[in-house]
Amino acid sequence: MANNKSSLAVAALRNGTVIDHIPTNALFKVVKLLDLETSENQLTIGNNLVGASGKKGIIKVADVFLHQDVLNRIAIIAPDAVVNIIKEYEVVEKLKVVLPDSIIGLVKCDNPKCICNNEPMVTRFHVVDMQRGLLRCYYCNHTVNTINATIL
Amino acid sequence: MNPHSLVSIADLTKEQILHILDQTRYFEDHQGLKILDGKVVATLFFEPSTRTRLSFETAANRLGARVIGFSDANTTSSSKGETLKDTIKMVSNYVDVIVMRHYLEGAARYATEVTDIPIINAGDGSNQHPSQTILDLYSILKTQGRLEDLTISLVGDLKYGRTVHSLIMAMKYFNPNFNFVACDELRMPEEYKQFCVQNGIKFTEHKDFSADVINSSDIIYMTRVQKERFSDIVEYDRVKDLYSLRNSMLVNSRENLRILHPLPRVNEINCDVDDNPKAYYFQQARNGLFARQAIICNALGIDILDYNNR
Repeated sequence: MANNKSSLAVAALRNGTVIDHIPTNALFKVVKLLDLETSENQLTIGNNLVGASGKKGIIKVADVFLHQDVLNRIAIIAPDAVVNIIKEYEVVEKLKVVLPDSIIGLVKCDNPKCICNNEPMVTRFHVVDMQRGLLRCYYCNHTVNTINATIL
Repeated sequence: MNPHSLVSIADLTKEQILHILDQTRYFEDHQGLKILDGKVVATLFFEPSTRTRLSFETAANRLGARVIGFSDANTTSSSKGETLKDTIKMVSNYVDVIVMRHYLEGAARYATEVTDIPIINAGDGSNQHPSQTILDLYSILKTQGRLEDLTISLVGDLKYGRTVHSLIMAMKYFNPNFNFVACDELRMPEEYKQFCVQNGIKFTEHKDFSADVINSSDIIYMTRVQKERFSDIVEYDRVKDLYSLRNSMLVNSRENLRILHPLPRVNEINCDVDDNPKAYYFQQARNGLFARQAIICNALGIDILDYNNR
């Protein structure tokens, strides 16, 4: 019975993009990163859903096929996310998000004395540890953990 | 972006570091070269730093360059809200090289992105201060005859002291053996210990500035324990004299030992050490002049070692 309810909560999508396996504590940051807050499309957001490997978050966006470049943005906080492109209820493409070497204009440096928090400029980070999600500010060298990162 | 800019010691290869040290030696041995005649050097000090500014300005003046700049941002347009970008772009119209000190971290890196004039970082907040590292390396090389296989004790504020962090990064090429001597509040940050592990650098941590540490050192690098770093003033009073060096502590030290300090010092080196031939901090500051001559010339694309072979 519980399973039925769970599957109802994430009802099938006819056309669009499904982002699965999002860490529960990153779900709303993913929504922000993909700019879905202002989306006019039908949107289903589920969190704390019980999957095979514990609790997870999921996002379904109807009638939008998100591009790999856009999807890679979320790799900093949801590196294990799996993206399914759905057409006529069928998964036509399965994508893994890829963490880029540098992350530009997405994350705020948490060092208040960093130049990037004091000048009108674009932030820039290098990924130093993919496993632990550690980013280093290109300017001040402070490290930021992706899960605590403030998304711009 | 100018490829000759110097922002961080970590940007330099071993060969580049050794080359700058060779050039530094050349400038020490050949004083009075007027090779920068007609050049203009800007010293933009958005926060005051008398020592570093005087050293850079003397280095430039002695090579025959003219110097313009400011020593306090309150007298400039940045106090009116001008961005760093605009200040750098404006000054770039006038000069051949910019030496800058800024209270914000990453300011020099950012400056390299907005101009084609070479930038020399003379300190950006608690981040980088590469000219200090070059003069430290030169002082070590000059007093020990080598950079390889030395035991170096870093003492005092290892948490916030950017000079010790940069020194560790530069020494990775030379198989050092470090002693980190500090109280719990000011111990070496995890990321730098990690850096040592990753680069196979040997280090030992100590809370006591003991005779064992002193007597096994080739270099003792003292730093100032700053009152403002402590949240608890009682704790500061407790530790401030624990990492203070007195002449009597050097009795059984190695003959080749030299004491370094980036200056200014307060009470971490007692004045009775000053007359000991092992005290080297004032000569160290003098070496800064030659190191900065090498750095300025490098930034201008002038290699003094080639220059004289022409």
